[in-house]
Amino acid sequence: MIVQIEHLRKVYDGKPDVVAVDGIDLSVREGEIFGLLGPNGAGKTTTISICTTRALPSSGRVLIAGMDVVAHPAISRREIGVVPQYNTLDRACTIFENIHFHCLYFGFSRADATARTRELLEQFHLTERAGARPQQLSGGLAQRVQIARAIAHRPKVLFLDEPSAGLDPQSRIALWDAVRALRSQGITVVLTTHYMEEADELCERVAIIDHGKILVEDTPAALKASVGAGKIYELDLHDQKGRVSLPASLGVLDGITAVEQTDTGVRVFAQPVDGLLSEVVRTADPFGLRDLTITEPSLETVFIRLTGRELRE
Amino acid sequence: MATAVLTTSSSVTRQQQYVRAFAGLFLRDLFVLRRELLPFVIRVCMNPLLFLFVFTVIMPHMGSAAMNPTASMAGANFSTILLPGLMAVAIMFSGIAAVALPLAQEFGVTREIDDRVMCPLPVAAVAVEKIVFSALQSMIAAAIVFPMAYYVPATPVVAHVSSWPFLLTVMVLSSLVSGALGLTIGTSVKPQQIGLIFGVVVMPITFLGCVYYPWSALTHMRWLQIGVLLNPIVYMSEGLRGALTTGLPHMNNALVLIMLCVFLVLLTSLGIRGFLRRVIG
Repeated sequence: MIVQIEHLRKVYDGKPDVVAVDGIDLSVREGEIFGLLGPNGAGKTTTISICTTRALPSSGRVLIAGMDVVAHPAISRREIGVVPQYNTLDRACTIFENIHFHCLYFGFSRADATARTRELLEQFHLTERAGARPQQLSGGLAQRVQIARAIAHRPKVLFLDEPSAGLDPQSRIALWDAVRALRSQGITVVLTTHYMEEADELCERVAIIDHGKILVEDTPAALKASVGAGKIYELDLHDQKGRVSLPASLGVLDGITAVEQTDTGVRVFAQPVDGLLSEVVRTADPFGLRDLTITEPSLETVFIRLTGRELRE
Repeated sequence: MATAVLTTSSSVTRQQQYVRAFAGLFLRDLFVLRRELLPFVIRVCMNPLLFLFVFTVIMPHMGSAAMNPTASMAGANFSTILLPGLMAVAIMFSGIAAVALPLAQEFGVTREIDDRVMCPLPVAAVAVEKIVFSALQSMIAAAIVFPMAYYVPATPVVAHVSSWPFLLTVMVLSSLVSGALGLTIGTSVKPQQIGLIFGVVVMPITFLGCVYYPWSALTHMRWLQIGVLLNPIVYMSEGLRGALTTGLPHMNNALVLIMLCVFLVLLTSLGIRGFLRRVIG
């Protein structure tokens, strides 16, 4: 295990005390892309900050490549690359200089630093912007520079905190490609996100976190399969009484695994059975069926099933 | 077990790692300073140049004693009094400008500091690098001010170096103290309040720092003479007087060195503590 988090707790003093991380245990395998998925304030950033030596835990420990990061922060930083939520590029330096100096901080000779910087600019398609200042870059480009800089000293693990927050869809896809490319270089990636598409698309394994606790941890496919349904029907009802009485009548239908109430109607978890949809519609019709949405299970569904809330609340 | 083996085997290279990271940070700062040398020189020059021009050129040319307050205050010696004083101000201002202002910005807006903290060396060393680099800027600033304060005044300046080792020691200590002061201010003040600090801290310690008058001249205002002993700028200007303008009254040299060391230790530990508090959650 390249990253091992054991019984991690972080309590911020205050009135009342805030428990940001509440006993997290996690293991990340070498070479995988691991996602921490959860809503804002779930404890993702705090967990990442402790892993990257920028915050101290109240208890528990984090091992990276076998090294305790709390006990040996300065040494561990050699194995860690970080891209925080906000842009921390050196505004007084160009893109080239940002990466070059980063290499020097990590003990590269000038010649090695120059070679490594050129190589990274090439890899991240930044060569043309080498002389630009960080202020002149778009959000997506700045994020790519930050990743290039974070891996410049060849760390074993790269931590990305909400990497695509604030990026437009195109930049997000370019970012995902860049992150996937890191795998081929053997870099383990740990990222936090509150975009379920990002976790689903990019991560080999995902841990869902809420209120400082890990709720579940598995591959996106296994997590979605755990919902136990091939299709989800969202029924929007005119008659609010139907929300209460409809689930019982739907629950007896063949191929329906679960029915639950929502704010505007009911949600039906269904197996792919022929004729089931028309059956559901017929049953719901007397209750003033206004609208029907059919979706496949997503990580969002998993989160809702676990917490009763939506991810983006 | 693996951890223990790893740390022992890398204990020699660990020192090298720290030294290289420190050198890297210093090189980066030097590189940025070199690129922004002109604004730096202008910033350093403007304040003392205007001060010298008004008090040692314009006023002596006003003729009558009534119109020339500096003549009655310290006679022709005023330019000589100002030389070490203005150097001390330049040293102190550089500490504020090189550490406190950028830090306030980095904590408040850019968060660039978060990246510097990820360098492979103890976080306290990142803070020490800021002090050391600021000290270098202070020394350059003092070296720029010296010829100005020597040649600009209309009245002759009497200055000569009595002891080079003492001068250098005072310069180095003063510069480090000003960097440590900058670190303490930059880490203890909210970014939005950094402007206020200029009025509340920087201006008073300058005006009450025995910059424009020697400390011994305060003898008729005993309360003030004792009060200003808490001000580190006093020891910078008095120390430079002891090194450069020995003809004028100045504090005991040994006392100056001791007090500069005391302030260095105090402000450095306060500054590092503040820095750690701000960057490590």
